[in-house]
Amino acid sequence: MSGTNLIESLAGLKAGSQLADAVSERSGIMEMSQASHDAVLLPREPGGLSHAERAALAVRMARWNGDSGLAAHYRELLGQAGETSALAAIASGAALEQLGADARLVAVTRHVDILTKTVKDATRADIEALKAAGIAEPDIVRLAELAAFVNYQVRVIAGLRLLEEVL
Amino acid sequence: MSVPVHEFTADVPRWSPYVTPVTLEDATPEQLDALQITPSNKKVSAYVLTLAHDPESLKVRSPLFNAIMYGKGGLSPAERELGAVGASIVNRCVYCAAVHASRFNQLTKRTDVIEAIFADGVDAELEEHQQVIFDFAVRLSKTPSEATQADIAALRDLGLSKLEILDLILSASIFGWANRLMHTLGEPVRD
Repeated sequence: MSGTNLIESLAGLKAGSQLADAVSERSGIMEMSQASHDAVLLPREPGGLSHAERAALAVRMARWNGDSGLAAHYRELLGQAGETSALAAIASGAALEQLGADARLVAVTRHVDILTKTVKDATRADIEALKAAGIAEPDIVRLAELAAFVNYQVRVIAGLRLLEEVL
Repeated sequence: MSVPVHEFTADVPRWSPYVTPVTLEDATPEQLDALQITPSNKKVSAYVLTLAHDPESLKVRSPLFNAIMYGKGGLSPAERELGAVGASIVNRCVYCAAVHASRFNQLTKRTDVIEAIFADGVDAELEEHQQVIFDFAVRLSKTPSEATQADIAALRDLGLSKLEILDLILSASIFGWANRLMHTLGEPVRD
């Protein structure tokens, strides 16, 4: 994934623009953000959350955040990793009841929706629900990092777009 | 007997995880590397030991967080903390809000700004400078973001540079990450 920086390209940063100068002063942060993307979407050790599942959940989170460009990026990752009908439903933003019979996938999708849309209302019971669905503790942490990262990334992109428009 | 803390406070509580943290005895070499365990640094918080379940993420996130919150130049440290507090209010991360509110108070040597924010949340009325910064962090932290060009223009009108506004975007955004770990994987408690 080296060479291109997803945040800078999706924010539409124009080379040599006033904002590009400011962003270049934070180039280390942009590089570490890209490395974080690779660590949560394409980890060497994915545990119980496959690359395809991560990509499908990321498409869904990008949609909830209203970022079609970011959603398209994750849809591409999903296609590369191998899309199934269940994962396509998750990516499409389908309601939990329409996701099919895989209780594990429903549980992780429900949790990602909470972490994206109503994080302030999250409680211990939400973690207990994941455990009850058979999600291992390391995978609960991996899932939280995935949701947390995408929600970070989408805000940096949104902020940079606004800054570019106003400058 | 520890008691969960549900109200915002600048008196930093203890963080108690909902999942079992990694133990140093059982940690893999990759987890120890991500934890930055050295002969002189064997004290690791329950939070970081919990995140060590995903060492690839932990290893990159820690330096990213430090660069955003403590990097040289650009936005003042206190104003980065205010961005962190704004996000933590929206996401109701009581622990993150406590840590970063107390840092804001230490840096500014005042407590009235945080008192107003803890009393009235996203509707807090502040002096203009803090208000514009806080409101932007709050709006960027909603899902989807409610931040607008007018928010950026108001930040420019305060005299903030492009780099300073970029730093505010980053500090509010990294708490969109931190809050989603700290508030969902455990809870603040008093012993």
